[in-house]
Amino acid sequence: MDIPRNGVTAIMGPSGSGKTTLLRLITGQLTPDNGRIEVDGRNVHALGTDDLYALRKRMGMLFQSGALLTDLSVYENVAFPLREHTRLPEALIRQLVLLRLESVGLRTARTLMPAELSGGMARRVALARALVLEPEMMLYDEPFTGQDPITMGVLVTLIRAVNETLGLTSILVSHDVAETMSIADHVYLIAGGEVIARGSPAELQATRSPWVRQFLDARADGPVPFHQPGPAIDEELLGAARRD
Amino acid sequence: MTEPFVALGRWLLAALARLGRASLFGGRLCARLGTACRRFGLTLEQLYAIGVRTVMIVVVAGAFVGMVLALQGYYTLVNFGAESALGVLVALSLVRELGPVVAALLFAGRAGSALTAEVGLMKSTDQLAALEMMAVDPYRRVLAPRFVAGFISLPLLAILFSAIGVYGAWLVGVQMLGIDAGAFWGQMQDSVDFHADVLNGLVKAVVFGAVVTWIALYEGHDCVPTPAGVSRATTRTVVHGSLAVLGLDFLLTAMMYGG
Repeated sequence: MDIPRNGVTAIMGPSGSGKTTLLRLITGQLTPDNGRIEVDGRNVHALGTDDLYALRKRMGMLFQSGALLTDLSVYENVAFPLREHTRLPEALIRQLVLLRLESVGLRTARTLMPAELSGGMARRVALARALVLEPEMMLYDEPFTGQDPITMGVLVTLIRAVNETLGLTSILVSHDVAETMSIADHVYLIAGGEVIARGSPAELQATRSPWVRQFLDARADGPVPFHQPGPAIDEELLGAARRD
Repeated sequence: MTEPFVALGRWLLAALARLGRASLFGGRLCARLGTACRRFGLTLEQLYAIGVRTVMIVVVAGAFVGMVLALQGYYTLVNFGAESALGVLVALSLVRELGPVVAALLFAGRAGSALTAEVGLMKSTDQLAALEMMAVDPYRRVLAPRFVAGFISLPLLAILFSAIGVYGAWLVGVQMLGIDAGAFWGQMQDSVDFHADVLNGLVKAVVFGAVVTWIALYEGHDCVPTPAGVSRATTRTVVHGSLAVLGLDFLLTAMMYGG
């Protein structure tokens, strides 16, 4: 699997197919049993702690829940990476934080605490926090899950705009087909830990593969069966009756 | 036939694995103590959250324990005409044993459970993973300051518990039951030794503080990141923390006073 620079690469697949695991492997939060993952030509899992942390400073990650620090305000959450990794004067930190919050439309919500934010607002604040150190790469873990249509639209626009404005390399993990296909440059479809299909959104829409069609058209039955594999119901019911 | 032995073996292996993980966790924590000292502001915040917020329960419990000790001691000592020794009895009981032990049990229930729930929730809401992704070591930023705050807080809380307990005993013994105040304080001063009693009590409190905080942080960090997992971890903190305090108290007492 290759992720090209300066584009939005989507990794799609049904729940439990290993999408989030893949993100955690890329960021070095998990170690692979075999195989290797290289970011910018460096094997992530051969790096020492200091090198891994240096690499992570060049990455931003948007977690599904936002993962804001609940004891800090919106402003302090966005300022957090700057306070931890830089020695910038407070006035400059303020400017950077307000600019980032403005870019996600939440500058005036800076005094709120995470518990006071809606799910969509929390993700936008988390996006501002992930971008404040100006990473080269952004990873999005299910950014659209559980969002209302308006918030989903806002997130779609933001992810595409941020990628183009900052010239990022983005990896987007999702199972929301329409939203993801609308902003992705490249798409990988995975299932059971394997790549089933790859290509641009247009190429994938044109494919006749039954598995791809089932996923993209949201069909209940197909190569991924509706029923869990096991003995047929008549065998189970009648078999029990015969034994009685 | 062999099933009970298989189950016992599995349980033992799981317990050993947990002990191994907890030891590694403790080692990582100790390796980051320097940061907690360098960034003392973080530790100071935790001293407030862990220590100051436990003061009220320690003060109230200390007062009642001191008053009960005075009542029980008085009704026993008065049979031998030795009620003037009430001050010594109360002070030694509190400074050597009850101060560190009861303060540690209260600390495990109040601060330990809160620490586990906080760290467990940080894990289940991906806050610890987010710190990792921001290249911030959770051990340095979150865990080590709490650990240092825990073992600074408990000795101070134990001192407070003993002091309030002695005052409670004075209230009951001297003010209510009419024991001579001079005998109460004088015998206490003569019989309580700073090194053998006060310092040993403080050593116990430092050990209990470190162990209870270590257990609390480990349980939070190692919990299954679900509501039920956090709840079970919080319960384990109180149970394991309390049993560890009582077990260690026996060992420390045997070492300090046994020979």
